[in-house]
Amino acid sequence: MTALSLRDVRKNFGATEIIRGVTLDIAPSERHCIIGPNGAGKTTCFNLISGRFPISSGEILLNGQRIDTLQPHKINRLGLSRSFQITSIFHRLSVFENLRCALLWSRGYRYSFWSPLWRQKALNEAAERLLEDLNLATRRDIMAGLLSYAEQRALEIGMTIAGGASVILLDEPTAGMSNTETDYAMALIRRVTQGKTLLMVEHDMKVVFDLADTITVLVYGQVIASGPPATVRANRAVQEAYLGALEE
Amino acid sequence: MRSRWLILVLVAVAIALPWGFYDWGHHRHAGFLISMLSQAGMMIILALSYNMLLGQAGLFSLCHATFFGIGGYAMVHFLNAAGKDELPLPMEVMPLLAGLSGLGLAILFGAMATKQRATAFAMITLGIGELMATAALMFHHFFGGEGGVTTDRMIDNSLFGLTYSSGIQVYYLIVAWTLIAVALMYYLTLTPLGRMANATRDNYERAQFIGYDPRMVRFIQFALSGFFAGIGGGLYAITYEIVTFDALAAPLSANALLMAYIGGTTVFGGPILGAILITLLQSGVSLLSNSWLVYVGVMFIAMVIFAPSGLAGIIQAHGPIKRAGRLGRLTLPYLRLVLPALALLLGFVGLVELMSFLTIGAAQGKKLVLFGNAIDVHATMPWVISAASLVWGAVWLRFAAAGFHRVWENLSAEVRR
Repeated sequence: MTALSLRDVRKNFGATEIIRGVTLDIAPSERHCIIGPNGAGKTTCFNLISGRFPISSGEILLNGQRIDTLQPHKINRLGLSRSFQITSIFHRLSVFENLRCALLWSRGYRYSFWSPLWRQKALNEAAERLLEDLNLATRRDIMAGLLSYAEQRALEIGMTIAGGASVILLDEPTAGMSNTETDYAMALIRRVTQGKTLLMVEHDMKVVFDLADTITVLVYGQVIASGPPATVRANRAVQEAYLGALEE
Repeated sequence: MRSRWLILVLVAVAIALPWGFYDWGHHRHAGFLISMLSQAGMMIILALSYNMLLGQAGLFSLCHATFFGIGGYAMVHFLNAAGKDELPLPMEVMPLLAGLSGLGLAILFGAMATKQRATAFAMITLGIGELMATAALMFHHFFGGEGGVTTDRMIDNSLFGLTYSSGIQVYYLIVAWTLIAVALMYYLTLTPLGRMANATRDNYERAQFIGYDPRMVRFIQFALSGFFAGIGGGLYAITYEIVTFDALAAPLSANALLMAYIGGTTVFGGPILGAILITLLQSGVSLLSNSWLVYVGVMFIAMVIFAPSGLAGIIQAHGPIKRAGRLGRLTLPYLRLVLPALALLLGFVGLVELMSFLTIGAAQGKKLVLFGNAIDVHATMPWVISAASLVWGAVWLRFAAAGFHRVWENLSAEVRR
């Protein structure tokens, strides 16, 4: 069984069809990268999978279960978690609180208004461990909105994986980072997504070919190629559409 | 730790204050003071419960008095039932019933309103407020129409054998319930729900992608805030033994907003400050001036423009400087602000009062008296002096404030280093 499957997924906004029949199969613990020119529909794809927008037709399955009609929080509870291209954190809460919030649901706290947070030893320890993992321990009590850009991106990744989801969607996690920051972020992503299914949109080709087991190329809302990096790199259509400049 | 002391001192003051003004000669309490303090207690609960929405969950509600009011009306009926021995409950637990009434209505209305957030939420709550205000005038059996409903709080059932015949006994009941409500509301901020309310305030979309339904968070928070508002309304009914339309109408909702905002929505205790300040103004200044609402309004506008984090926010901003031990360096700059601010204030108050006495005051047959001298509101001089003071004060304050700002910025930069 695949971890995540898209079956002829289509999405139109008004008369414009943005996603024009995407079919994808992602095996458990595969690292899958989606690449494509601007406006190809990569982020829209993520928004459809994670339930942010409803799909127009087709099917999306998470571990064999239909999720395309579910609300985002329900999809998340089934084990799919995503990050955002534009950093999406709780900017007025401390770094620690951000991570603790991201842990709450998966640890069964639900909407509890009776259990005091300060006494939840296991929860707090998990949040502290996560802080260490992300190398943010020294920033623990700072308001998340005041972190540097790279730190906010790290926090975002941390919040995405905190709940222990088995399928992780990362939307351009290294966008806007310097080379050193990118290397650091990629090491972090490798570490924290160990054994999980990873679906990632990325522009940095070096990162993509380093990390991915499978690469899917999306152009104008359609998959023009999908396969191991070497196959995709050799694909003529891809070279014409997208990689041409890189191969010179 | 320091805040723990602050709380103890506040509680001690609340308990002891009535005795500071006790008339030993006639063995009487100062009625005015006690009714003012009682009012402050209820308003603290109202403002804090409102801030569970505005400050903590980012929900701009315009119908908060609905739940305060329903607590009040329900309390009147509970007391009446208790008076007829149909409800064998001691007085001390009655406010809980008022809270449950507020909770019930907040569950109903919350289910509608919390489907939306931001502007749409505000619109729905505006509608709910108007709906309830209309209902209060239409359904006489429960709301008593224009005249409201009355009760007698001496139900002769108390855990401590109290009759609640005197204001001081009621006041201590209010102190106790205010403490309980404040403590519970504080406790809520430390639970998963309280934290997720903050989270959905900051970024409701992110909350969805960590497994939470932001609507559910809003709904529960809304319902609980209605519970506490209902307790406040219950205390209102016990105190005044009459509940009218005023207890649930829009002006009180606006008051909840004013108190929370002026006090500061970003700090838990902020609305307490706001509630005390507004109650003081309401009780004190309203005796002196017809225009007290003008002053509250202008203060609100000034806060929104110059200090959006409220009084508590201003105090909190001094924290880093104080920790660095440099608070002393602000003394002189602050003193430099005093004179221009006073001039501005006097000029403004002068103009408002002159206008007020020209119209309302004249109609009431009152005369403007300052330091024992009657002032002729038709003469030119008082107007010129007030206007000059206002303009001069404003210009001077601008320069003084710029100077203060420089000192503040330098100091903040030093402290950060």
